[in-house]
Amino acid sequence: MTTTAPAPAVRKPVEPGAEPPPPERSSVSRWIPAAVVIGVWIVAYLLLEGTDTLALPGVARTDLHDRLTEFNNDLLASRDTNPVMQFTNSISDLLRSLFEWVQRMIVVPNPPRPVPEIGWLGVVAIATYIGLAIANWRIAVLVCLSFLSFGVLGYWQDSLDLLIVTGISVAIVIVLGMPLAVLVGTSTRANRAITVVLDLMQTMPTFVYLLPVVLFFGIGVSAAVVSTMIYALPPLVRIAGFGIREVPTATIEATDSAGQTYWQRLFKVQLPMARKTIIVGLNQTTLAALSMATLAAFVNGPGLGKPVLAGLRINDVGAAFVPGVLIVVMAVMLDRTTTAASERSEKVARGGGGNVRQRRVLLAVGGVGTLVAVYLSRTYIGLAEFPVYTIGDRIATWVNDVMDWVTSTFGGITGAFKDLVTTWLLNPMQSLIADSPWYVSFVAIAALAFVFGGARALVSSLVCLTGIWFFDLWHDAMITLTMTLVATVLVMVLALVFGVWMARDRKVDLGIRPLLDAGQTIPPFVYLIPVLALFGPSRFTAIVAGVVYAAPAAIKLVADGVKGVSPTTIEAGRSTGQTTWQEITKVQLPMAKGSLVLATNQGLLYVLSMTVIGGLVGAGALGYDVVYGFSRSEAWGKGLAAGITIVLLGVMLDRITRAAADVRRDDGPGPRRAFHTRLPIGFPGDRKVVET
Amino acid sequence: MRTPRSRGARIGAVAAVATLALSACGGGSIDEQTQANEEQAAESGGECGDLNMAVNPWVGYEASAYVVGTVAEQELGCNVEYKELKEDVSWQGFGTGEVDVVIEDWGHPDLEKKFFAEQGDGTATDFGPQGNVGIIGWFVPPWLAEEHPDILDWENLNKYADEFATSESGGQGQFLGADPSYVQFDEAIVSNLDLDFKVVFSGSEAASIEAFRKAEENKEWVIGYWYEPQYFNAEVPMQRVALPPYEEGCQDDPETVACDYPETELKKIVSTEWSEGDSTAVDLVQNFTWTNEDQNVVAGYIASDGMSPEDAAAKWIDENQDKVDAWLG
Amino acid sequence: MTTAALSVDGLWKIFGPRSDRVIGTPDAELSRADLKAKTGNVVGVKDVSFDVAPGEVFVVMGLSGSGKSTLVRLLTRLIEPTSGSVTLNGEEITAASESKLREIRRHQVSMVFQHFGLLPHRQVIDNVAYGLEVRGVGKKERRAKAGEIVDLVGLTGYEKSYPDQLSGGMQQRVGLARALAGDPEMLLFDEPFSALDPLIRRDMQNEVIRLHRELGKTMVFITHDLSEALKLGDRILIMRDGAIVQIGSPDEVVARPADDYVKDFVSEVPKSHVLTLKWVMREPRPGESLEGPALPVTTIVRQAARAAIASEHPIRVVDGDELLGVVDEEDIMRVVVAEEES
Ligand SMILES: Nc1ncnc2c1ncn2[C@@H]1O[C@H](COP(=O)(O)OP(=O)(O)O)[C@@H](O)[C@H]1O
Ligand SMILES: [Mg+2]
Repeated sequence: MTTTAPAPAVRKPVEPGAEPPPPERSSVSRWIPAAVVIGVWIVAYLLLEGTDTLALPGVARTDLHDRLTEFNNDLLASRDTNPVMQFTNSISDLLRSLFEWVQRMIVVPNPPRPVPEIGWLGVVAIATYIGLAIANWRIAVLVCLSFLSFGVLGYWQDSLDLLIVTGISVAIVIVLGMPLAVLVGTSTRANRAITVVLDLMQTMPTFVYLLPVVLFFGIGVSAAVVSTMIYALPPLVRIAGFGIREVPTATIEATDSAGQTYWQRLFKVQLPMARKTIIVGLNQTTLAALSMATLAAFVNGPGLGKPVLAGLRINDVGAAFVPGVLIVVMAVMLDRTTTAASERSEKVARGGGGNVRQRRVLLAVGGVGTLVAVYLSRTYIGLAEFPVYTIGDRIATWVNDVMDWVTSTFGGITGAFKDLVTTWLLNPMQSLIADSPWYVSFVAIAALAFVFGGARALVSSLVCLTGIWFFDLWHDAMITLTMTLVATVLVMVLALVFGVWMARDRKVDLGIRPLLDAGQTIPPFVYLIPVLALFGPSRFTAIVAGVVYAAPAAIKLVADGVKGVSPTTIEAGRSTGQTTWQEITKVQLPMAKGSLVLATNQGLLYVLSMTVIGGLVGAGALGYDVVYGFSRSEAWGKGLAAGITIVLLGVMLDRITRAAADVRRDDGPGPRRAFHTRLPIGFPGDRKVVET
Repeated sequence: MRTPRSRGARIGAVAAVATLALSACGGGSIDEQTQANEEQAAESGGECGDLNMAVNPWVGYEASAYVVGTVAEQELGCNVEYKELKEDVSWQGFGTGEVDVVIEDWGHPDLEKKFFAEQGDGTATDFGPQGNVGIIGWFVPPWLAEEHPDILDWENLNKYADEFATSESGGQGQFLGADPSYVQFDEAIVSNLDLDFKVVFSGSEAASIEAFRKAEENKEWVIGYWYEPQYFNAEVPMQRVALPPYEEGCQDDPETVACDYPETELKKIVSTEWSEGDSTAVDLVQNFTWTNEDQNVVAGYIASDGMSPEDAAAKWIDENQDKVDAWLG
Repeated sequence: MTTAALSVDGLWKIFGPRSDRVIGTPDAELSRADLKAKTGNVVGVKDVSFDVAPGEVFVVMGLSGSGKSTLVRLLTRLIEPTSGSVTLNGEEITAASESKLREIRRHQVSMVFQHFGLLPHRQVIDNVAYGLEVRGVGKKERRAKAGEIVDLVGLTGYEKSYPDQLSGGMQQRVGLARALAGDPEMLLFDEPFSALDPLIRRDMQNEVIRLHRELGKTMVFITHDLSEALKLGDRILIMRDGAIVQIGSPDEVVARPADDYVKDFVSEVPKSHVLTLKWVMREPRPGESLEGPALPVTTIVRQAARAAIASEHPIRVVDGDELLGVVDEEDIMRVVVAEEES
């Protein structure tokens, strides 16, 4: 769910002129009616506490849930006769044999050979050569070192497996996604319809669609590829579609007036002009695909996710940390390479690109070198099987030592903090939201939606709340909602503090940004273990995990928003002699309001997407229901219902914040940046991993 | 582009590859080995073939799976594939040929109904007990059992309910529920025995272990769902609380359960199609049994000593060749 | 009179929901703001009819928002008209099929835009050749042709540059070249020079005048700048709120503004620079001397001033041999002084 919605306030000089701006609404503070609603809510809670909360015990189910389970069972029972499933099964066979073929080429022994067709030296050489050919020397070095790190840290096969899965998935995404992107970019109606579907795809916790994917595609590679595809498709469609839509009307008109056909317009004007944006979309899609690694491991998907998960199983941070870092390394490598390749092709297309002769010689020499390396790697075992190093293990041990020290040193303080937040914020809010009768909370939430987002938000929230009620998990949904809200509050506190600090001090920005990038890329499972060690199984642990996951994106949004405030305005303010504090609170933050709203929106959704992970660390509620449904076949329906409920919560929160943003008539730069395509689990796609 | 720095990086990368390559040189020639493999394949005729071993998400299971897998690989020349899956997904895999063996099954009536021949599609077959006895129950950390011995009887639990209260349990005592995939009736037991407790689900084995470990270290009050065989019990010997004893049928209706969990004979479940094939590994799996102690040793190697499952299994096999020979018949 | 190159009849464009339901109802008579309030529709162009003669430079002028851009786009159906007809060289554009329309756009009409609309990923030469390319002209041929046009608009040497490497004025030359490359019979300009600096704008206006003189193409030229309209136009159409206020030659418009709106427009114009003697001459008074020098009726007032001052006698205003009237020094001073005062 994203912010591809065009900003209402800022209009390009469209020719012929667009509609006149809508009249401004009067801006009576919305906090007063909001306070009234909450006040009434509290009174109702005090009178009716604990009645009609629709609470359902953790392992209990309702008829509706059992009916959904029945549906799953029927499908499963008919898997040998059902034509749809036969079709999906043959697709998964195809995917599996493709994967295994590539694997035998570069990773696993290709019997009777004791080693793959191309050994590690050859693979490193080819990868490096590709980096050199499509980008430049620096990228080639980066690629080379990344590949070496895969092997040296002890995860050669898992890393290459992940690369293969990512490659296959991204290739399919391009084939399916580009036509969709063209539709999104050229037809308003298609755009509207497809956006709804993409919203759903992106709000749906990945865990939820792992279940049906396994049902239709079996386990292993095919499930991994399919779920990765589902997850990685939206960014490409959204961003590329956005790029196509944003091709200036002036250019379209000018070339139309030359009498071009639809296809000429598409291939000669729209696609070339959207090229940069399309590449950003591709880049985001690749990174999204990578971030599915850990989740795919739940269905035996090959790749670096497996060791991460194994580390989680034995409570070993270090063991999960090293492959986790390798995922980051891979992300950085792919990001940099695609970016540099696109820059280079741009340059070449414009007749630049350095000395052509010199480059040709370089490529020829490199090619020969690569061939030699491939030959050697086909000849000597030692150059085919990656040698074993212990560095990875040593790093793991060291990380564990550090974590032990941290937990034993800070355990007390963090425990106190946890109790503080739980007693004073989490518990009272949860009482109010979840322990009020369901109809009270229903009405109160709808009323708040109306206050903040107007009629549009009211309608969305009525629909969503009804859906939540229908799926029989009301009480759990309210607990999850509470946790989400508390976590978002914490996220926004961090975002404001660090965002403003980064925006005001370039050095701080330079220092913090790479950390944020890495924080967004590393699989959440990796930091789940230390967080668990610090806080024990509890709702607060889930909240912390959610905050860690969501904060980087929110911080960046706020930082960019504040930075985007026009220097002239700040200068004008300064000339009146304001203090720094006044400057921040009276100029920068109000003017960056759009970004703040967007950061809140994204924060809410990111946190919500961690709900399922929360179910693994004792937070209960919907997350637990999903994990429960995923683990036990008799509860499949409950898991599905919980997944849908999470989606409904997400849609509701998204609509309310978006509507609130519109009502605010934001004039910040935020919502205009259509690249903030949210990716629920893994790392968010609102950015490039590394700013280049 | 051609700054001295990038040249430095370039040289660095080349040097790194060269060092690695040199240090790796000296392994044998690939052609020779290929030939050897071809000859060997011609001789032995590949009797075992592929063995798809499901690996369910707890360490004890991993221990069993890798021991059987390693034996199959080393002694029978199988090509073993370990597939990390939850139980349900593993059972689904029997029908599609993606899974051949589930080596440690704790009893899944629901799945048996779906996949055994009697009522279901017959893709799964019960291959008998694997020797481990599963003990599920309510456990407290040892320090607690020592200081308050009477806590080991459920009738005294309410007395201590306050002590067990946490930020999560809303004034009642907290009972730490387990990973959602396990068989559990704790909510029903709590309510049917009128205990002043609230079940809070830890969510995963890892989360439970972390909680128990911390509790023992800091003398915190914790009670929760736990089980044997389990390597962690070697590190912290968790103590079982006695609930009203299990009787046949007392857990049939999940809503009215008010008794302890039964001891479970852990079983091997295999793919019917695979078991009817001629793989030599079928006999191995059929013959495999071992004890809780055996499993705890291997699981301990993996989780406490940080060995890889392969190494742990190999080590145990080395030390227990007699048992392994018995499986091979 | 020859047949019109372009003929527009009863043309309407209404933006918004169910726009086709408005025309013919009393709603159509509402003012723009009232219609918008009542139905949510916006009138872009309201019942416009006019003819353009071959070779004529026809200027459409009005304040921003008056519907000029909409009008010019209706001419080639870049915007679909709500009703009315457009006929180009006898071909009814409003009834043409998609492919026919494409043919017309490819061969008969080209357009130059305010924001250039160049393709940033193509070199100047390929931008210019774009129209030829979509027609299917081979690469060599179209590049050769485009090269000529590039020379014609004075961009020699910039063929291989990219649009973002050029100044605004030069970019618009590329736009001009692109429009000329297909050798169309008619050129449409939508405020082509509004985004340019005044000096460059003047150059470009002269360029258009030169091209018109050399190539003799029919032109429809949109502008909001009266002096540009006066400078280029053979005739001027003044629009307000989508409707025609006045059509006339430059001096007509200045001398006889149809209403206060137009009067306001032209009030700043130095009349002596625009008006011809036609607008200041009078009947000779009885007994007035007719000895003065003769000047054609199309002479601009300012140019007649010197002669009037130098001459003792009133100037005779003639059309060929026919005497139309006279002007004296005082008549001329009246025009000039009125200007100073306003
Ligand atoms: N696509 C559109 N939808 C709605 N109204 C439009 C649209 N295009 C133009 N208009 C309206 O039509 C009127 C005329 O616009 P335009 O032709 O661009 O004027 P001009 O070019 O004279 O400035 C304006 O009021 C404008 O708001
Ligand atoms: Mg205009």
